[in-house]
Amino acid sequence: MQDKQRVVKPHIAEEWVGKIYTLLCIFFLIVTIFSMVYFVASKGISTFFLPNVNLLDFLTGLKWAPEGSPPAFGALPFIVGSFTTSILAALIAAPLGICAAIFMTEIMPGVGRRYLQPVIELLAGIPSVVYGFIGLSVLVPFLRDVFPGQGIGIAAGAMVLSIMILPTITTIAADALAGLSHSLKEGSYALGATRWQTIYRIILPTTLPALLTGVVLGISRAFGEALAVQMVIGNAPHIPKSLFESTSTLTSVITLSMGNTVSGSPHNSALWSLALILMSMTFVFVFIVRWLERRSKV
Amino acid sequence: MQATQELGLSAKDLSVYYGSKQAVRDISLDFEKKQVTALIGPSGCGKSTFLRSLNRMNDLISGARVTGEIWIEEDNILDPKVDVVLLRQKIGMVWQRPNPFHKSIYENIAFGPRYHGIKNKKQLDEIVESSLRKAALWEETKDRLHQSALALSGGQQQRLCIARSIAVKPQIILMDEPASALDPVSTAKIEELITELKQDYCIIIVTHNMQQAARVSDKTAFFYMGDLIEHDHTQKLFTNPSQQQTDDYISGRFG
Amino acid sequence: MSAKTANRVATIVIISVAVFIVALLAGLLGFILVRGIGHISFDFLTSAPQTIKAGGGIGPQLFNSLFLLVLTLIITVPLGVGAGIYMSEYAKPGRFTDFIRLIVEVLSSFPSIVVGLFGLLVIVNLFGLGFSLFSGALALTVFNLPLMVRITEQAIRGVPREQKEASLALGLSRWKTITSVMMPIALPTIITGTILASGRVFGEAAALLFTAGMTSPRLDFSNWNPLSPTSPLNPFRPAETLAVHIWKINSEGLAPDAAQIAAGASAVLVIVVLLFNFTARWFGRYMYKKLTASK
Repeated sequence: MQDKQRVVKPHIAEEWVGKIYTLLCIFFLIVTIFSMVYFVASKGISTFFLPNVNLLDFLTGLKWAPEGSPPAFGALPFIVGSFTTSILAALIAAPLGICAAIFMTEIMPGVGRRYLQPVIELLAGIPSVVYGFIGLSVLVPFLRDVFPGQGIGIAAGAMVLSIMILPTITTIAADALAGLSHSLKEGSYALGATRWQTIYRIILPTTLPALLTGVVLGISRAFGEALAVQMVIGNAPHIPKSLFESTSTLTSVITLSMGNTVSGSPHNSALWSLALILMSMTFVFVFIVRWLERRSKV
Repeated sequence: MQATQELGLSAKDLSVYYGSKQAVRDISLDFEKKQVTALIGPSGCGKSTFLRSLNRMNDLISGARVTGEIWIEEDNILDPKVDVVLLRQKIGMVWQRPNPFHKSIYENIAFGPRYHGIKNKKQLDEIVESSLRKAALWEETKDRLHQSALALSGGQQQRLCIARSIAVKPQIILMDEPASALDPVSTAKIEELITELKQDYCIIIVTHNMQQAARVSDKTAFFYMGDLIEHDHTQKLFTNPSQQQTDDYISGRFG
Repeated sequence: MSAKTANRVATIVIISVAVFIVALLAGLLGFILVRGIGHISFDFLTSAPQTIKAGGGIGPQLFNSLFLLVLTLIITVPLGVGAGIYMSEYAKPGRFTDFIRLIVEVLSSFPSIVVGLFGLLVIVNLFGLGFSLFSGALALTVFNLPLMVRITEQAIRGVPREQKEASLALGLSRWKTITSVMMPIALPTIITGTILASGRVFGEAAALLFTAGMTSPRLDFSNWNPLSPTSPLNPFRPAETLAVHIWKINSEGLAPDAAQIAAGASAVLVIVVLLFNFTARWFGRYMYKKLTASK
């Protein structure tokens, strides 16, 4: 027995080392997320303790003049800018991405895996500043020539973003389609349905929640993207009358102004409030995605 | 129990649950040293689950719960205070599909003993050689000990796995259908090996193959739907079973 | 329209979309490389940028990007692998595990600009690390960690259960089983994933604007004392990376050849990211062949 006691120790100690080390790593994750939420929230909320600023005016106000006298903090133009560009981007990217996923799983799986899949992965790998640069040097001049306006604005932003979120939507759609049981499709073919009838009557309705998951993740990514959008959107702080007119998003105004404000000033606090909106939207998107994932499991 | 035989391992009222489903029901079974006991029965009868409880491998499966007692010498294996790591050293295991580590042949064998404190190169060399000899693999591998174990044939890999488990000097060896993935020649070698090994170990083997059970085992236990139906000397069980269900199974009326 | 015609039209549309996407990538890469490659020269890759004159290079930026990547990996890999091991091996189903999964998911969905702002607030100001490579590396850690956790968790889950059981049955501890038996098998997958993640880190800019900074001091590449402020190795100096540089010259570049520099720098960035991508692919295939051929 005594001999046993002696032998026990090294491996027990080893188990503890492993458990403590991995738990510390998890602990780091937890601390990071809580401090992020805490610091951004406390900075962002401080704006609403300033005189003449309240939450409702902040969210619905149209005028953004933080250095003016009196200063005005109406963030609606940015909120509108962020939502319109990201939703428009998803409207462009979703049909393309879902078609690409159908191509990879139903039409030509071999070609899809060999060529389209790597192409999608490379699209996902191109850095956002490069997308911004291409948007600025190709897309904006093109839009300027074809449409009235200066080329910058929501249309340019949405188009750049749509390419950036295409991989997200495609990958998730392709996974969902590939996970579909064969018997479901075979049943439809056995009834004499064509491939397209099978796709839009059986496959798409069954995988709809998963397809929407991809679209929401895409919107979420577009909503948070900063530099590529900032480079092509024009950065004027108002709600535009057309898709080809300069405007701003939450991310673009933060990117441009944060470096030029003094910490603690009303302008600076207002920017943190915008960041808080961004962060809150992240949570909203995560919960929508989780809700959709639960739906697609049933 | 027969006073003449030493007890290797003994299960008392052992039950295994997966979630709310009971896979093994109140089984009491004794395994003697220097004997081979075969566990037979149709798929899903609980024989593999029972086997995996004996070295607490079912701990790894979430939702699995084991009740009852398993005694090896003076320790109850299922006692939560028992050190599973030390316990598993006493009980070797061989799986259905050969699963050598992705290491060299030498390392596959030396890995366990080195962990258990043998650092001396010469001692390790000796253990590797004697384990491989016992597993009838030494002649085939002595010139390529430092090559990958994955380059061996399936039958050789399985014998390597047996060598690996005896290298840590267990008292009991559990075998879960050890020959079911092998060709007839390799199967014969494994069976021969089992007969050799029983001189030193208590061996418990799960098998689908009734001929195999009849060839290698001293005693046989027949499982059906989570129950132990019959446990007797192999010859008796196969020629003159006392239970109708056993008779039906061994004569091929079901399963 | 008959069902047959509809089927044919739909098939044609879907195939055209696929062709369009391939053409899009070809167009993007073609544009970047054609526009930029002419500008890439040894001089461009090694000399310092000019603010108002033509002829500036991207030497310090390229070096900063690589150095920052190395620093980030040094911090991220141990943390990410540890947390990934926890998730695959130690986490029991239950509320705590669900909660950590939620955290990883939220963290990976945070916009990188928010990560950058958090870095500005906590790392740069609160910890007093200032605009520095180290601050940037910490911000990139936050940005990269969820990905590393997922890569590791999946790689370890992919290890056959029999391998783990064989080790445990020999009487090895769980931790030893993880480090000596499971990790070697999971390693190729982890490495492939890490290389891909490195590409993402290399191109990231938004998280760095307010952490690593938008300037780079004059660097003296003959000074290898990591404590000296002009040494390239000093992790506590501000460091503008290549991606940040591209953004900066696009929005406020004053040099007459800003457009060409942006094109050249973008081409370099894309080439490096492509290199990471192809290396990961090659490595994955090589390890796969090596592991399966020996059977």
